[in-house]
Amino acid sequence: MSDITLPSRLDGVEMVRSIRTPARLDYDYMPGLAPSRFLQGVARKKLLGQRCPLCRKVYVPARGCCPTDGVAIDEEVELAHVGTVTSFCVVNVQFYGQAMELPYVSALILLDGSDIPLMHLIQEVDAHDVHMGQRVEAVWVPDEEIGPTLESIKYFRPTGEPDADWETYKDNV
Amino acid sequence: MRDIAIISLGQTDHARARTDVNDVEMLMPVLAGALEGANITKDRVDFVCSGSSDYLAGQGFSFVTTLDGFGPWPPISESHVDMDGAWAIYEAWVKMQTGHVDISLVYAYGKSSPGDIRRVMSRQLDPYYTAPLWADPISLAAIQARSGLEAGAFTEEQMAEVVAASRRNARANPHAQLSGDVEPGALLDEDYFVSPLHKHDCPPVTDGAGAVILAAGDVARELSDRPAWIRGFDHRIEPNALGVRDLTTSVSTRLAGEKAGAGRVDLAELHAPFSHQEIILAESLGLGGDVSVNPSGGALAANPIMAAGLIRLGEAATRISRGEADRAIGHATSGVCLQQNLVCVLEGE
Repeated sequence: MSDITLPSRLDGVEMVRSIRTPARLDYDYMPGLAPSRFLQGVARKKLLGQRCPLCRKVYVPARGCCPTDGVAIDEEVELAHVGTVTSFCVVNVQFYGQAMELPYVSALILLDGSDIPLMHLIQEVDAHDVHMGQRVEAVWVPDEEIGPTLESIKYFRPTGEPDADWETYKDNV
Repeated sequence: MRDIAIISLGQTDHARARTDVNDVEMLMPVLAGALEGANITKDRVDFVCSGSSDYLAGQGFSFVTTLDGFGPWPPISESHVDMDGAWAIYEAWVKMQTGHVDISLVYAYGKSSPGDIRRVMSRQLDPYYTAPLWADPISLAAIQARSGLEAGAFTEEQMAEVVAASRRNARANPHAQLSGDVEPGALLDEDYFVSPLHKHDCPPVTDGAGAVILAAGDVARELSDRPAWIRGFDHRIEPNALGVRDLTTSVSTRLAGEKAGAGRVDLAELHAPFSHQEIILAESLGLGGDVSVNPSGGALAANPIMAAGLIRLGEAATRISRGEADRAIGHATSGVCLQQNLVCVLEGE
């Protein structure tokens, strides 16, 4: 910008360095058929997956479509509240809007009976003891607070079982 | 140039609000319809291109999740434009010219119902001077209509005739949102919405989607009895600042039509969300009274934003394939007051 010469009549004009034009848009988010069924299941303390009629994989939470085959899926499968940590990260950085105390663990959890991991938090264990293959279980909020949201699960915690065999989750890391 | 044709169109039954389904659930039957129309399965598709806007859904990268509706596995060649799907057709057509792609699937979708669409659409304006005023597309179109009326470019009676023709034509379109028999005179008796526009001069608020299949040369001949060949394709854009444009005409449409070699056609599907814009577009393309304009009802009968232009090209192609036309224009617009325009010239053999 340094080589641009302004006309002399603009000498002494104070530059506007920035302007603020606040914009806010409000939306009604429509989850659609499949997410509605998943979220209504959560409100009844059930974790519901959906099985693809072609590849037979079970997706959770489902969006109504097999992302591999591009076909509608509607066979419902009730899943266990326990699963295996397939990958995780330890969060040590404070960011805007953060509600968790540092450090905490975000993990991908492959629920037993499903073929795609679900993201959630791991608690009741030292962050440095979380590892791949670890068996964990859902800890729900009190029954009166359960609603159609994944926040109905407070977090997952280790079950104390032996670690899962690598072969059982190697396709999901 | 390589011969490329539009051979199939799928679309939703357009509606004011599809609150029952999410975007991918809305899209899946449309993609299946386009593939079925070409009598192919997805494994024959070499390239997928889509058009949509995250501003409509209010979700970042919403277009990535809707790709699930195709099933991108094994990994596919794919692209996306934050524009009406007609421009995605243009990208696919250019890509097919390279010779590496024989069949493309192009889709577009838009739900206007999740947000306040007039506020959402104001975000396409320049962020310094116009967007802070929250100038909405209906008010800006009303300024355009006023300019045209004052300049004598068209009359309110002509605008009402456009609406009546759209409703009448849409009776034969099972996907249309608005159709029926209305008298132009009765339309003029209705109250103004944003003067000089009545509500019927404005597009309906629509949730919907569309998809087309493009095929090259002998592949198109194998899959379609009468492919709609793309003979010319061009798009032009005018400045963003409204004050520097002549809103009573459409220079970009005229240029795109000339560059695409539109010439004489017997049918035109014009993407005119507002009644007066159909008059401006027809004049800019030099369409005579013998040209069938918007036999589908056009965007006044259903206006799924981001898909309405793609559907115009698909509707024109469908009529060529059915033998109802030999040479047609498919047109799409983007931006406020016809800022950007695309012309696709289609022809049957």
